[in-house]
Amino acid sequence: MIKYIAKRLAQAIPVLLGVSILVFLIMRVFSADPAPVVLGQHATAEAMEAWREANGLNDPLIVQYFTFLTGALTGNLGESYYTHTPVTQELMSRFPATIELAVVAILIAALMGVALGVLSAVRKNTAIDGIAMVFALIGVSMPIFWLGILLIILFSGVLHILPSGGRIDPLLAPVGGTGLYLIDTLLAGDFEAFADAASHIILPALALSMYSMAVITRMTRSSMLETLGEDYVRTARAKGLRRGRVNRHHALRCAMLPVTTVIGLQLGSLLGGAMLTETVFAWPGMGKYVVECILKSDFPVVQGAVLLIGAIFIVINLVVDVVYAYLDPRIKYAQEEG
Amino acid sequence: MSRLMATTATAAAAPARPAKRESLWDDVRHSLAQNVPAMISLGVIAVLALIAIVTAIAPQILPYDPYAQDLSASFLPPSAEHWFGTDQQGRDIFCRILIGSQISLTVGLLSVAISLVIGVALGAIAGYKGGVVDTVIMRFMDMMLAIPSILLAIAFMAALGRGIDKAIIAIGFVSIPEYARIVRSQVLAVKQADYVAAARVIGDSDALIIFRHVLPNVMPSIIVRATLGISAAILDAAALGFLGLGVQPPAAEWGDMLGRGRNYIFAAPHTMIFPGLAITVTVLAFNLLGDGIRDAFDPKARKR
Repeated sequence: MIKYIAKRLAQAIPVLLGVSILVFLIMRVFSADPAPVVLGQHATAEAMEAWREANGLNDPLIVQYFTFLTGALTGNLGESYYTHTPVTQELMSRFPATIELAVVAILIAALMGVALGVLSAVRKNTAIDGIAMVFALIGVSMPIFWLGILLIILFSGVLHILPSGGRIDPLLAPVGGTGLYLIDTLLAGDFEAFADAASHIILPALALSMYSMAVITRMTRSSMLETLGEDYVRTARAKGLRRGRVNRHHALRCAMLPVTTVIGLQLGSLLGGAMLTETVFAWPGMGKYVVECILKSDFPVVQGAVLLIGAIFIVINLVVDVVYAYLDPRIKYAQEEG
Repeated sequence: MSRLMATTATAAAAPARPAKRESLWDDVRHSLAQNVPAMISLGVIAVLALIAIVTAIAPQILPYDPYAQDLSASFLPPSAEHWFGTDQQGRDIFCRILIGSQISLTVGLLSVAISLVIGVALGAIAGYKGGVVDTVIMRFMDMMLAIPSILLAIAFMAALGRGIDKAIIAIGFVSIPEYARIVRSQVLAVKQADYVAAARVIGDSDALIIFRHVLPNVMPSIIVRATLGISAAILDAAALGFLGLGVQPPAAEWGDMLGRGRNYIFAAPHTMIFPGLAITVTVLAFNLLGDGIRDAFDPKARKR
């Protein structure tokens, strides 16, 4: 297994390198000159030229790329054109907010998705099954930013029970710690702050989870239906085991295998969805920040963020494969080509 | 191939079917026609296409000019005169949604066409050639898959600038790997088949083998993927529009309309509810149709 992990990590290096080239190409070659955007339309030609020179944009592209690459290898992703803060610092300060949102969303998606999927498989062709499937279908067809807006209109505008945006009441925000407010407030024993943070995260997490929940529901249902038709499940029933016990211990266990993969892959895709959800809910995370930086041509931040997201994506995929191998002893990764 | 044989076998077993030997496509069409949700979706898509074409040819049939501003009529709630209300500039939202179908369908179809053509070509070459060519192509695809596609599309739009043509390119480009992967894996499977070996022995060229023997086998998966791909492309286009990266104003694009209403979310929710509904209905229709086509191609799913 260790050999497999090492091999996969080694394979990830060229992919990450490629990602860095791709992002570099998009941001530096295809893009318009950032100087007028950063300095404003009224900046003098000399000022823009001086700015380009100072930021290394007059160097040959290949030099620019290697400056970026060598920097990235030493953990230096450059600094923001606007705040002049190191990109790593800018990203890290927003990273916990995104992780917190994504983890809560995937928990909602996995729990609800598996529950709904199992329920509709066990009650196949009943009203429950029908409702769950319609729900799943609408879930994959709805733009998540629209769902977010509908949730805000309903829970914040009409019912006035949940906040429409932000992460926590600024006066209650925990200082230091992990940066994960739900955990920090609990550790500090500040239940008022915890409740406030929880009330802020519900709507964005729900909006972000919907698509994944729908995918997981569909996957769980079809996987569960397949295992319910297996001989060993019939044998277990024939032995006189109760239906509930057979469903839980025999069928669900096996059916969860492909579902695990889907849950893992969804965690990765949540990072993309987070950009939209965070923008809708003014959630101070990485996604909203990256969108803002793309719009104002803050190249170093965008390059760093995409590289970071790519790396997370690759790690998640690796973890998913390892968990899969652990769950299913039939899989021997040593012989796999990868 | 085995799927093809299994399908004809089912057709032969059904007594009600005509004695004439049915092709896979007849069979699929027959099965799809019995799928009520898929047929309703096809109807919805046909109506949308009709709206898009008619409003493009004869925009004067719309009760209001979708681009004419009337600030004295801004943010009117839905009424008998303005079914979906008006937006900040006093433009009729119903008319803008109707005319917006042009952009959504165009982006959906053309971006899928781009990713389909390039993706199928790359996947077929990678799978058929193998070796270094395969490694280079597929590593490039992995690289693109390592970035969430919407992030990649946003970066592209930021670099290229606004515009429908650019949105089509950006969305089309980021979906190439999905097609390439599907085609490659199927080509790898088909390549081993005896009839492909036979074709090679006869001396058929690689291109001929790919087009005559390999691609027809890959078609079902590609058609299903492309139908679902249209809905994904429409969602992505709406997301770009929502973030302000889509069309140039005053063009009517559903995601863009949603994004512009955002500052008036509580004051004028109707400016956001209806465009979102239009996106959802359209995407839902393509999803249902895609599911229907997949089931029609898969005799196992049909029996369930």
